[in-house]
Amino acid sequence: MCRLAMKTASVPFSPFSVISAMEAMKEGYDGSGLGLLLRGVSFTDYKYQTGDPILSGIAHTDAALHRLNAFMEAKGYTLKYDHEFNLNPAMIEAKDRYKYFVRVYRLPESSKKLSQGAIDEQLMLTRLALRADGEKHGGDLTAFSFWPDVAMIKEVGWPLEIGQALGLDDNRITSRICMAQGRQNTNYGINLYACHPFFIQGIGTMTNGENTAFVPIREYLTGMHYPGYIGYQSDSEVFAHILHYVTRRLELPLQAYKHVITPLKTDELERHPQGAFLKGLRDVCRRMIIDGPNCVMGSLPDETTIMVMDTKKMRPATIGGKPGEWALASEICGVDAMIPERDKSLDFQPMRENTIIVPPSRQEYTIWSQFDRFPLPQAA
Amino acid sequence: MVSIRSISSTPSSLTYHDLPWIVAHREERCTLCGRCTSVCPTEAIYLAYRRQRMPKLDILQKKRGSEYRTFVGIRQRTDLDHRCIGCGMCSMVCPNEAIGPQVNPNDERARFHSYQKGDAWKRGGRRNDRSSLLDQISFNRISMLTDPALDAGRHEFHMNTLLGRVLPPEEYIRRQAKGEWIPPVREIFPFIIGSMSFGALSPNMWLGLLQGVAYCNEVLGIPVVMCTGEGGCPPWVLKSPFLKYIVLQIASGYFGWDEIIRAIPEMQCDPAAIEIKYGQGAKPGDGGLLMWFKVSKLIARLRGVPEGVDLPSPPVHQTLYSIEESVMKMIQTMSMAWNFRVPVYPKISGSTSAKSVLNNLVRNPYAGALLIDGIDGGTGAAYNISMDATGHPIASNVRECYLDLVAQGKQNEIPIFAAGGIGKNGNPVQNGMALIMLGASGVHMGKYIMQSAAGCLGSEKNRCNVCNLGICPKGITSQSPKLYRRLDPDQVAQRVVDVFLGLRTEIKKVMAPLGRSQSLPIGMSDALGISDKDVAERLQIKYIC
Repeated sequence: MCRLAMKTASVPFSPFSVISAMEAMKEGYDGSGLGLLLRGVSFTDYKYQTGDPILSGIAHTDAALHRLNAFMEAKGYTLKYDHEFNLNPAMIEAKDRYKYFVRVYRLPESSKKLSQGAIDEQLMLTRLALRADGEKHGGDLTAFSFWPDVAMIKEVGWPLEIGQALGLDDNRITSRICMAQGRQNTNYGINLYACHPFFIQGIGTMTNGENTAFVPIREYLTGMHYPGYIGYQSDSEVFAHILHYVTRRLELPLQAYKHVITPLKTDELERHPQGAFLKGLRDVCRRMIIDGPNCVMGSLPDETTIMVMDTKKMRPATIGGKPGEWALASEICGVDAMIPERDKSLDFQPMRENTIIVPPSRQEYTIWSQFDRFPLPQAA
Repeated sequence: MVSIRSISSTPSSLTYHDLPWIVAHREERCTLCGRCTSVCPTEAIYLAYRRQRMPKLDILQKKRGSEYRTFVGIRQRTDLDHRCIGCGMCSMVCPNEAIGPQVNPNDERARFHSYQKGDAWKRGGRRNDRSSLLDQISFNRISMLTDPALDAGRHEFHMNTLLGRVLPPEEYIRRQAKGEWIPPVREIFPFIIGSMSFGALSPNMWLGLLQGVAYCNEVLGIPVVMCTGEGGCPPWVLKSPFLKYIVLQIASGYFGWDEIIRAIPEMQCDPAAIEIKYGQGAKPGDGGLLMWFKVSKLIARLRGVPEGVDLPSPPVHQTLYSIEESVMKMIQTMSMAWNFRVPVYPKISGSTSAKSVLNNLVRNPYAGALLIDGIDGGTGAAYNISMDATGHPIASNVRECYLDLVAQGKQNEIPIFAAGGIGKNGNPVQNGMALIMLGASGVHMGKYIMQSAAGCLGSEKNRCNVCNLGICPKGITSQSPKLYRRLDPDQVAQRVVDVFLGLRTEIKKVMAPLGRSQSLPIGMSDALGISDKDVAERLQIKYIC
């Protein structure tokens, strides 16, 4: 079963500190993948301007890199910064990694006339086009994310070794949020796109545990014919897409996520102050009810971070930390590794009805319960 | 010497060796009590005086010839109307295990004489085909790796399903914000007692079922619903609080609907749903048929017809100009009758054209579901040819329809229900859960409930099958008080409860190893496997061997 570690802090920090936490939880994964999502990114070699999209991925061949350059140029994106990793290729298992890229672009001139929604759509379609291009050419180009403030790295191997191989301990790239997942392959093949975190339009999630309702959920999301709802090399990708669907397409508050993936029971809803609305919501979103022992952690474009459990609550995920700095991990030893100096009495393990929300201010975290009043006017 | 002319040898003359069932009688055990002859529903046996030669070997005697003894024995009638139907009631009442039907292993010549008096053979019951594709499907995706299987005995399982039109989430949010109509949705147990009419079933059977269903709902919290079938609903039920457990069916004969419509102002609650029957799996393209034997005074009153006449429903609804128009009109009319508070859905026979009906419903905002009834469905009365050879098996039909909805992203909006052959060999949960994982939201069972809850003697081996004649030896499908008083409603209710408790446990035993407990695994086709490559390919499930 996979291990999760996420840190959110007001002051940018090195992703290596989170990778160290992965090391503390080493017995929980098999080295079949490490994924990192950095949000609120800053580079020591470059003054990053918030709002510029960052493209993350891997070009496996020179030809792929050339095609990438030509494509981005044709779309009107100007390359502003190309982060050079301090690479040690010998430490990386795979031998076809021509170039890891984390590149800052400037939006095309034509985008200035577009609404924010249209720009968001364009960024996603650009990433998908690059992904499709790679798939068309035998998988020689992998695109993880293309979004302002977000950089992503995914690789097959042991987290610490990957961190060292990519020179992440040199502090040249830091962030205010770092999500890391050490993967235990759950019978869906070893594939870079199967590494968590999963990303779509600014929303990133990672999960541990298997989602046994994966196939019906995948069929439901695919049936929406939304361009971003593709992939599904991992059963956990649906968690990201559901969060995207609930918050961006249904435009519901973040709290609705939990009501969609793990709705309350009928008799509980009957006692709930907005039971009628939530029961209806459960019914219309029934195909997105998850099943399986899962902890889901996510981060949103405004740097809010969340953590939820499945209904069976079989996982011991924990949040701990101090104002300005919070660590969330699938096991408490991960929290200890990320923020050892903290008031442990503030640690909390969410129950089946809880959503842990760390707002962008990061002064405290909220424990929101599904039994609480639901913050939506039409539910009243 | 017996003259040839005295031997019966018309073209349709049969001997007991030509019949499907032979009555085996052990004279040495028989006490001549006569119970078997009086209980036999077809009067297939009668007591007759017989003569037996008693050979005597006495060398010293000068007297020649044999001696005879006369005794009373059982004789089996050989005309088709009085053939043995294999029900086995004779052995059930025999105090000495002296009698019982046995399958005739020889060729059945009787089949060649089923056309009699210018009519083709009719029967009730089932298709008489033991083969079941659903029995071959197993559940193979066991949670073994990162996640342990669940504990069926300790964990909490959510297995209810939804009946009714479910809006797309965007539309639901929009309508909620504007305070617009949200279609009614019922949360029900996924195994439903399928439509069997008050008319096809005896009053005691009906009462027993309803009592059992009410107990499941009100005491056990299992939201079981049952469907009336065509033929209305007893007035005391219509005006009772139990109506909410009942799906009222309207079919092409509209029998019983005068009573139902008149009772609307006095109803204490809404029915669970309205089912509009366009077709039936056992006899697709054919209307309902209640033969005159069963049109008793009570049935005649409920249906608003004279006593003792055949009640055939037309194959199509009288409003039918085109199916699209009819479905739309009837769904809207029925919805309006209860002020859009009750889900309304059509039931059709399994058919290669089922997808067209489904797509029609997708575009009808009032359609609450689609029930597809496959070829293995049962019936109270139908022509042999309809039951044996007309229709479409349920599995591929449901799968095709479900995948069609998936391609459109509509699988949550129109629940598909499946019927026809669930539990035909006594494996209702295996069959039902397989259909659910192929895409059904729930299943309807009729014959299985009759067999398990009331002891129906029918089997897929051509046993009994006389539901059409009103001579049901167990009193399940008879309107004769002499017969239906054999059935104690309380005992039926007890069995209904036992059955649904058993079903619930077995559903958990299927869901737990798959790691599913939070919702019914509708469409979880990755869990299914079958050791037949062609079927696996057709159903898009795993081939296992």
